[in-house]
Amino acid sequence: MDLVTLSRWQFAITCVYHFFFVPLTLGLSVLVAIMESIYVRTGNMVYKQMTQFWGKLFLINFGMGVVTGIVMEFQFGMNWSEYSRFVGDIFGAPLAIEALLAFFLESTFLGIWIFGWEKLSKKVHALTIWLVAIGSNLSALWILIANSFMQQPLGYKLVEGGSRAILEDFSQVVFNPNVWYQFPHVVFSGFTTAAIFVLGISTYHLLRKKSVDFFRKSVQIASVFGIVATLLVVLVGHSQAQHMVKTQPMKMAAAEALWRTADPASFSLLTIGNESELRDVFAIRIPGVLSFLAYNRFSGEVKGILDLQAEYEQTYGEGLSYIPPIAVSYWSFRVMVGAGMLMLLLIAILLFYVLKKKDLPRNRWTMLLPFMIALPYFANTAGWMLTELGRQPWVVFGLMRTEDAVSAVVQPGMVLTTLIIFTLLYGLLMAADIYLLVKYAKAGPQELQKRTVLVEEEKYYE
Amino acid sequence: MDLNIVWFVLIAVLWTGYFALDGFDLGVGILLPFLGKDDTKRRIILNTIGPHWDGNEVWLLTAGGATFAAFPGWYATLFSGFYFPLFLILIALILRGIAFEFRSKDENPHWRSLWDWCAFVGSLIPALLWGVAFANFVRGVPISADLQYAGGFWNLLNPFALLGGLVSLTGFTLYGAVFLSLKTTGDLLEKARKTAWRMWPVVVMVLIAYTVASYFATDVLAILGINPGVVPIGAVLALLASGWFIRNRREGWAFTLLALTVIFVMATIFIELFPNVLVSLGNPANNLTIYNVSSSPTTLRLMTIIAAIFVPVVLAYQGWSYWVFRKRISEKPEDIQALKY
Repeated sequence: MDLVTLSRWQFAITCVYHFFFVPLTLGLSVLVAIMESIYVRTGNMVYKQMTQFWGKLFLINFGMGVVTGIVMEFQFGMNWSEYSRFVGDIFGAPLAIEALLAFFLESTFLGIWIFGWEKLSKKVHALTIWLVAIGSNLSALWILIANSFMQQPLGYKLVEGGSRAILEDFSQVVFNPNVWYQFPHVVFSGFTTAAIFVLGISTYHLLRKKSVDFFRKSVQIASVFGIVATLLVVLVGHSQAQHMVKTQPMKMAAAEALWRTADPASFSLLTIGNESELRDVFAIRIPGVLSFLAYNRFSGEVKGILDLQAEYEQTYGEGLSYIPPIAVSYWSFRVMVGAGMLMLLLIAILLFYVLKKKDLPRNRWTMLLPFMIALPYFANTAGWMLTELGRQPWVVFGLMRTEDAVSAVVQPGMVLTTLIIFTLLYGLLMAADIYLLVKYAKAGPQELQKRTVLVEEEKYYE
Repeated sequence: MDLNIVWFVLIAVLWTGYFALDGFDLGVGILLPFLGKDDTKRRIILNTIGPHWDGNEVWLLTAGGATFAAFPGWYATLFSGFYFPLFLILIALILRGIAFEFRSKDENPHWRSLWDWCAFVGSLIPALLWGVAFANFVRGVPISADLQYAGGFWNLLNPFALLGGLVSLTGFTLYGAVFLSLKTTGDLLEKARKTAWRMWPVVVMVLIAYTVASYFATDVLAILGINPGVVPIGAVLALLASGWFIRNRREGWAFTLLALTVIFVMATIFIELFPNVLVSLGNPANNLTIYNVSSSPTTLRLMTIIAAIFVPVVLAYQGWSYWVFRKRISEKPEDIQALKY
């Protein structure tokens, strides 16, 4: 494999792996903060237990996000040095701000939160987890400001014969409209991930009648939190898609396997395509629905892949392909939306039981509920695959092609070596992480409580 | 003073902050298998840095991010050029961070000893390689006319750089031992003191060897002259003085002086570099300087404002976190309890 392909694989594997852990951090930090705040306000020990039980799972997950985050930052320079040279002036700033404003906040206060139970007042302790939650979500904001520049570059000017993009207007970088679709979409996906995570584990215990009060209260909080978050993900996602039709029409065309510009445009229910010949083998399409998704009305032009290719050849130069991998874009879009809708439905059902104050029946369908934890992971991964693969062949849309972004002095063998080692290491750590999560999730809060009581008794007799 | 200089200074400050803080927790990680003879002791040792190591490591991320933002050409050439050393550091930091998080969450002794080894190796590798990297910065590395790194992996492992690695490895181990003697009680405290006292002469000798070698391997003589000035001399004096306080069991002073040593050593390195950020071995025309690899004035101005506001804020709350956990950790149950988390 060549350097570009290897570097892309490494970036993709690191990103997907990193984003396995990050969404749960974004959402669960907020949920745990809510639980601890309820404990501080009411003094009800169940909420303290909840804070500690879910907090423990939060911590097992958190570290993985942190250590892979360092790789994320370093690999821009290591594997994509020409990209870094080209956009460092603009892209580096949000990254540095992210570290300064967000990483310090979340890491420092998480350390205090973990070890500070005995050392701080209740209120200050609860404040520290809020600061962790704010830090995590702020870091999402700044990294998405950086990413938005790659999707829709604004606020820059080209200098030195087009070999560098430099900052012209920082407010345009920050208030890039793309940020304000992407950021809420990502953050609310994180909240949804956490809600589903809590609901999945809670139903597992409720169906076995273990720690019923504890998990019933967890379901109450998570289902309300989750329904709001999921609805917002869907709504924002819809606006984001409309924005994409305007700014990156090729991505939408690929996600819909729409070969030719159409008005009204049809939505693909199922397409089996031939990607090398750029045509359908078999397709079922619903007329007008894609136009509706794009403009909220059943007419309106949506551009097709072949017409966009012709248009881009005029704008950016002939003889090059401007078409992203279509099958991957198409299916990742469907996996994301499908998993999202299923999550919305499941949370709504659980919320219904909460509002009716009824217990979940135990049958073969409800026994499957704990497996819903997998859904947000599919949706999150697919979402980023669509975002990043759908932008190809560009690394910065319209400005720099991915093949021009790789490091000049790095050899394919070096990337292959590090790719293999990183992948093996990620795999082993993932196994250890899942082992711990399953162990603590299954043990439930009693186990945790037993240990604490034991220690407190020891202290008492000291 | 132009903004390029401001940012050179700020990046020097960030790296200094990283080594002054993460330096001792790397040292604690290295000492883990030597001082932690049973599970409780290992847990206490890890607990001394438990609340802090992650926040300390963010200094590295910030130094990286700031380099990317202010000197993209430096970031690009350095990170792609030092590919394997940085890769090894990344692997080490991953293992180390995960080890801290995971080791106490399972009772199985094999599980724990596996993560303890990861914490050890994950601390040892960066402690060694950062010294190698910085010695290479001042010595110079092969750089081509288009300002790209032109050497290989083995160029970076020259004798002078390895000596630099030994400085950071032994120095951080000493720093870690003194930190432990500041945070523990009883048997562990005695052991930490003994270790510090044994490490101190080693560090003095290694640093002297490195200093002498730098007169031959680098152009330090041309830059600093026969009398190198107050900063490098301050580094040596602070290190020497710390020995007296280690001997007399004044851990607070010993720790402060070692922190000063780190600060002075880093200041020396950056004074020696200025205005270069990466020296081209044998061909000064290809040096990366604060002017030929920098960002635009707009970016530098923006980042200056943000740094001026937030660096003090970060220092304040990190300082507060050290204040919260200022007490020594004993083998009493309430101190052990936190370790269970």
